[in-house]
Amino acid sequence: MNILEIKNLRKSFDTDTEVIRNISLEVQEGKVVGIIGPSGSGKSTLLRCATMLETIDSGEIIYMGEHAVKTDPDGKVIYAPASQLKKIQGIFGLVFQNFNLFPHYSVIKNITDPLITVQKKSKDEAFEIARKLLDKMGLSDKEAAYPCQLSGGQQQRVSIARALALNPKILFFDEPTSALDPELTGEILNVIRNLAAEHMTMVIVTHEMSFARDVADHIIFMDDGVIVEQGSPEEVINNPKNERTIAFLSRFER
Amino acid sequence: MELSVMLSILLKGMWISVNIFTLTLLFSLPLGLIVAFGRMSGNFVLRNIVKIYISIMRGTPLVLQLMVVYFGPYFIFGMELSSNYRYTAVIIGFVINYAAYFAEIYRGGIESIPVGQYEAAKILGYSKTQTFMKIILPQVIKRILPAVTNEIITLIKDTSLAYVISIPEMFSEAKAIASSQKSVMPYVAAGVFYYIFNYIVATTMEWIEKKFSYYKIS
Ligand SMILES: Nc1ncnc2c1ncn2[C@@H]1O[C@H](COP(=O)(O)OP(=O)(O)O)[C@@H](O)[C@H]1O
Ligand SMILES: [Mg+2]
Repeated sequence: MNILEIKNLRKSFDTDTEVIRNISLEVQEGKVVGIIGPSGSGKSTLLRCATMLETIDSGEIIYMGEHAVKTDPDGKVIYAPASQLKKIQGIFGLVFQNFNLFPHYSVIKNITDPLITVQKKSKDEAFEIARKLLDKMGLSDKEAAYPCQLSGGQQQRVSIARALALNPKILFFDEPTSALDPELTGEILNVIRNLAAEHMTMVIVTHEMSFARDVADHIIFMDDGVIVEQGSPEEVINNPKNERTIAFLSRFER
Repeated sequence: MELSVMLSILLKGMWISVNIFTLTLLFSLPLGLIVAFGRMSGNFVLRNIVKIYISIMRGTPLVLQLMVVYFGPYFIFGMELSSNYRYTAVIIGFVINYAAYFAEIYRGGIESIPVGQYEAAKILGYSKTQTFMKIILPQVIKRILPAVTNEIITLIKDTSLAYVISIPEMFSEAKAIASSQKSVMPYVAAGVFYYIFNYIVATTMEWIEKKFSYYKIS
């Protein structure tokens, strides 16, 4: 089953240049899609459109068969009514490059508050979910700490736990290790590897090529707002055919 | 005049000063937030009306504003108001003036919160109101506390301006006694009282700031 389907997505900002130029993609349940490409190619914008942080110019976004947004024949973009969007909102989670934890909440409250406020879970249930996830992230001893007292890697693990707590069907990652010191990226990549092993459906924008090759079922190479090449990691990363892909990947060889 | 008589007159005046101070904060702190929302509104007309209001409040002397609020209804509209209106006038004058200053402080605080906080809240499913009340406002309060403290301390001293519409607050009383007794003592005593008032308020604000220091904003 497709958890996410994007059809003919277009997006421009105030300037006339289109940042996303007719992109379509599908993400099947349990699959991991890796998105790679040079900076400025529109990867973040694609995730932001998919998670409805940006409105789109045209196209369709469908979560589990339900339209979040569609475009009628004369080009009018129609978003689903608020109540339906709210339901769809619960299907996905997003992990940001710079974590965006709530600095005034303790680690555990960062995780329990959305559960209590948004999902109306009881306090006990919320704490049980949060403690389980913190344990899984190796952060059980940090539940009372505040984000400012944690390393970047620890903060990112909290933010992943916060996203997972809401039990999303699909999790987006926008360069989850780019804000981290190189020695801290490994711990985050391992967390994501473990999630992949549990068949969590994920879309991951990353510059970590060997990680993408290991973890992804499908790789999308984007450049200049279009999908230039896609396929299995074997095809796209090991044996790229398009010259833009080849040029991009050659920068990562060491 | 005996010292105890003088002090009791001054303390009565101080009670009025404290009342002006308290009522002004009580109304202007929340009103400032509403004004700040108007100032940041997407509605062009509303935004600009609020902008002009703020600029007048900050661009003209508070003494003048108090006189306009007090004398305005009579001289502009010919309204006959009882002399008790002066107490209402002084509160209105202080509240609309301080709300303008607080609004600008709130606006600065709200605009300084990184957009990522709103985005994280939205992705997690918080409503707009929940986002503002639970995620944004607490961080705004922490950020603006030092600026608010400054304004509050200025307000203590500004309460003495109420003398222009003959409110018998502490400064008016000190002035009256000083001229009738040909003595500088009432001013010295009033100064000491103002200082103590300030000290209490500053200490309280420091304590509140400390309560918010359990975390740092990135
Ligand atoms: N809010 C915005 N307003 C205007 N231009 C933007 C905005 N966000 C991104 N862009 C532009 O869109 C293009 C793609 O950006 P982005 O999606 O961030 O690329 P990537 O994540 O692949 O580095 C860039 O040229 C960027 O300058
Ligand atoms: Mg990006």
